[in-house]
Amino acid sequence: MSVDKTTVAKIARLARIHVPEERQESIAEELNGILSWVDELNEVNTDNVEPLANVTGHGLPMREDVVTDGNRIDEVLANVPETAGGFFVVPKVVE
Amino acid sequence: MSNLVSGATGDWEVVIGLEVHAQVTSKAKLFSGASATFGADPNQNVALVDAALPGMLPVINQECVRQAVRTGLGLKAKINLQSVFDRKNYFYADLPQGYQISQFKHPIVGEGVLRIDLADGSSRDIGIERLHLEQDAGKSMHDQHPSKSYIDLNRTGVALMEIVSRPDMRSSAEAAAYVRKLRSILRYLGTCDGNMEEGSLRADVNVSVRRPGEDFGTRTETKNLNSLRFIQQAIDYEVARQIEILEDGGEIDQETRLFDTSTGTTRTMRSKEDAHDYRYFPDPDLLPLVIAQDEVDALAAALPELPDDIKDRLTGEYGLSPYDAAVITEERETALYYEQASKGRDRKLVANWMTVELFGALNKSGQTLADCKVTPERLGGLVDLISDGTISGRIAKDVFADMFDSGKDAAAVVEEKGLKQVSDSGAIEAMIDGVIAANEDKVAEYRGGKDKLFGFFVGQVMKQSGGQANPGMVNEILRRKLDG
Amino acid sequence: MTDLLELGAVEARAALAARDVSAVELASAYIAAAEETASQNHYVAMTADRALEMAAQSDERLAKGEGGLIEGLPVGVKDLFCTAGYASTACSHILDGFTPTYESTVTANLWREGGVMIGKLNCDEFAMGSANETSHFGPVINPWRGKDGVDLVPGGSSGGSAAAVAARSALLATGTDTGGSIRQPAAFCGVVGLKPTYGRCSRYGIVAFASSLDQAGPFSRNVADNALMMQAMAGYDEKDSTSANVPLQDLTKALGQGVKGMKIGIPSEYVMDGMDPDVVTLWQQGQDWLKAAGAELVEISLPHTKYALPAYYIIAPAEASSNLARYDGVRYGLRVEADSLDEMYAKTRAAGFGEEVQRRIMIGTYVLSAGYYDAYYLKAQRVRRLIRDDFDTVFQTVDAILTPATPTAAFAVGRKVDDPVTNFLNDVFTVPANLAGLPGMVVPAGLNGDGLPLGLQLLGRPFDEATLYAAGQVIEDSAGFTATPAGRAGGQS
Repeated sequence: MSVDKTTVAKIARLARIHVPEERQESIAEELNGILSWVDELNEVNTDNVEPLANVTGHGLPMREDVVTDGNRIDEVLANVPETAGGFFVVPKVVE
Repeated sequence: MSNLVSGATGDWEVVIGLEVHAQVTSKAKLFSGASATFGADPNQNVALVDAALPGMLPVINQECVRQAVRTGLGLKAKINLQSVFDRKNYFYADLPQGYQISQFKHPIVGEGVLRIDLADGSSRDIGIERLHLEQDAGKSMHDQHPSKSYIDLNRTGVALMEIVSRPDMRSSAEAAAYVRKLRSILRYLGTCDGNMEEGSLRADVNVSVRRPGEDFGTRTETKNLNSLRFIQQAIDYEVARQIEILEDGGEIDQETRLFDTSTGTTRTMRSKEDAHDYRYFPDPDLLPLVIAQDEVDALAAALPELPDDIKDRLTGEYGLSPYDAAVITEERETALYYEQASKGRDRKLVANWMTVELFGALNKSGQTLADCKVTPERLGGLVDLISDGTISGRIAKDVFADMFDSGKDAAAVVEEKGLKQVSDSGAIEAMIDGVIAANEDKVAEYRGGKDKLFGFFVGQVMKQSGGQANPGMVNEILRRKLDG
Repeated sequence: MTDLLELGAVEARAALAARDVSAVELASAYIAAAEETASQNHYVAMTADRALEMAAQSDERLAKGEGGLIEGLPVGVKDLFCTAGYASTACSHILDGFTPTYESTVTANLWREGGVMIGKLNCDEFAMGSANETSHFGPVINPWRGKDGVDLVPGGSSGGSAAAVAARSALLATGTDTGGSIRQPAAFCGVVGLKPTYGRCSRYGIVAFASSLDQAGPFSRNVADNALMMQAMAGYDEKDSTSANVPLQDLTKALGQGVKGMKIGIPSEYVMDGMDPDVVTLWQQGQDWLKAAGAELVEISLPHTKYALPAYYIIAPAEASSNLARYDGVRYGLRVEADSLDEMYAKTRAAGFGEEVQRRIMIGTYVLSAGYYDAYYLKAQRVRRLIRDDFDTVFQTVDAILTPATPTAAFAVGRKVDDPVTNFLNDVFTVPANLAGLPGMVVPAGLNGDGLPLGLQLLGRPFDEATLYAAGQVIEDSAGFTATPAGRAGGQS
């Protein structure tokens, strides 16, 4: 599977990282280098092998339905670049 | 009843599937300890986990899991003892993590069924595809400032159940009936308060049309409808729009649309160049959710009786009409009230009094059943007085009106106002003799063939008795005397 | 002052308890050492005032005969850990100046046990790298000098932590290990590093890189010090769903256990092309030491070893691409203003993330994307299971595994590579343990022909750190590694 400029542009869009057009070619090359290397995995027969997502072996621990948090708006907004009346502020979203 | 829509070039069948998002009733959020209640000041009900600060991690709320299982059981669905949380990755200002924790391949609840009740009294089963747990997003406000949007994360992370139906509905009325029944079941179970105005329950509708007998057509999705009326309007609009396009030889774009409540129309969400690629993968901060069968069994044993089961009992055992049964079982409080009020009494009579007089009075006054002074016992007491002949049905209406305002028992009102029905045949005969004597000309007209005048005589007797003569006896004795 | 720097952690703790030395004196010595070695760039931020404050409080406790496990001991904290009130940046421009109001569980544990925070240590940006060359705050220079005085890398991503312990600008340090980021720099800097079993140390409050692989662990000068630090750091945390509720074994007892009767596996697949011959020799030497101490050596096979790296370089970037989505300029960190939200995201992230981070986010996004998920991500997860199964099988017959830590010693700063894959190969021996969730320890065991440190790695069963400490102590005793780097504080410069 190979990646070209257009694909790089698409991935950059999905990842919300601006990649200038001049860089798209070289990034495509770098990514292709990595992808052709990881293609080695195709040598391994994984028929009937379940994917391993977690190594811990235990089930999801649960907590009680009690309100233990919140009411800390100062902390939540402590590092925010822009706020107004308790809200986060961002450039307008066009729906 | 045919649900086919006739277009210019022939009939069309409507195919509808619904995805309903129901906020789980719980004190705290799904993966954080912040409060899940509605109405707080902006960003007060926000934990650092909800704001996705660096290093924050999710921990699941066991009550949310139980609520999902209860709902699954209420939908007669398969409970998956093992399920997985996946990340749904996309960027939006009300999604601090840059992903929503949801369930994609392995939801907590599998296939089930929901029975919908239609206006003509019939019922139909609609398939449930699945139910999964996921985080709700925050709220963005775009109208507070010309170039900026304001974000409130109070709702971020509140537990949602996404309930997906099979595309089994064939009309907007069926869709509305589906949501109505689903809402009812959720409220019975106590797993969601179903408050559509506040956003606790919202629906996305998937609509397509096809020629009867053909494969499914291309569908569109209209999101975030928060009332039964909007759901029906949106569907009706989409159906008309799609039929028009297809009949003109065009094609339907598979897309997401928004409903404009002021115009009753749908419009395309201005979509970006590429559709969303959510890149679902199992959330590595969470392990598989494992529930024991005996936990599920315990939850099942503790479920309240559900509307459809109560309805079957009301129509089957008590002989109520499907319509009355549906009205009584729509809310759990009403069903419980009915059960109490009708115990050991004429079930149908009590049902009739509830659906006509009681609900009529509640609607007019704006009161709820909970506020109402006519308790189930008091209503039962009133019906007893009708059943044993103490008062007539007509008088009972006046008694009820008094009870509704004063909170008094029926017997007390009857006593105070001296409303006991007169069933003494001698007294009634005397009244009838008096009326006949005073209206000899009308008697002659009646005997001459004017049958309608019978009502006049009845009216006169009732007037003389202040409405308290036993109507059945009046009829019988009057017939005897007039027809001779 | 220099004498104070000579005390190991266990020694220093005893000296503090005996009131032979004060915590303030000790902290001051390390602060001065950090200043002296500043050109090596171990610290991105010193917290000297706070250190002296904490040290004074430690002295009060010690005076009463009280004190925690690491009372009064100077600790450096990798800047990946959130420390309340102090900038925590993950060495990235995108978190420049971010000051958390909360503390990571691991550091909270350390402060509760009396540790004294000297400063925040440099690392690769978002823990991505194996040479500490991707940090926004500049590279870390290994206190060990290369041939002809060439600057060397300390390894990564916890390069600052390893270098600080080696150079004596920290007595103990925290690190994190996702693909080898504790063990590889430990080897390059000649110090001891442990990656605990996945789930041993809480991940709460640590900037996440790859959630199913990340694990915090201790750096120290010797094995006994490492055990002390580990006892202070580890523990179940209900704020981390992946935290394991398994009590730590008695590590102090383990140190004296020896390896008599222990079966040590030697995996045939761990011989790689391009390995420094000195590494091969050292590995053999390590085997001899363990045998002499009574262990039995067993040849084992871990057939899927060579696939661990490619599997890792699919899984880790995939998880990272999602974990780093929150760095978007909305709620904290860098924000580059723009007219629309999407533009703000794109510009902020382009300006805030370095090249390596951007590259890994791109790969991660790609391997999760529609059409590629099965071929890449799922495939890698299946191979991951095979790798884990390999270990499960061998641990039925052996108690621990001995391998080299790295294929070579530390290399030159600014080494030019033609493609990113070359750098990935640094992690070839360390990555399998992360994929399988196993504990791994690196102990400095010798010097190569250029006088640079080489380490040996021990891998153990899940939750069996005790065996690693037992065997690690034997390696340390046998190796008699006493060399210290030329760039150390108080040494010749």
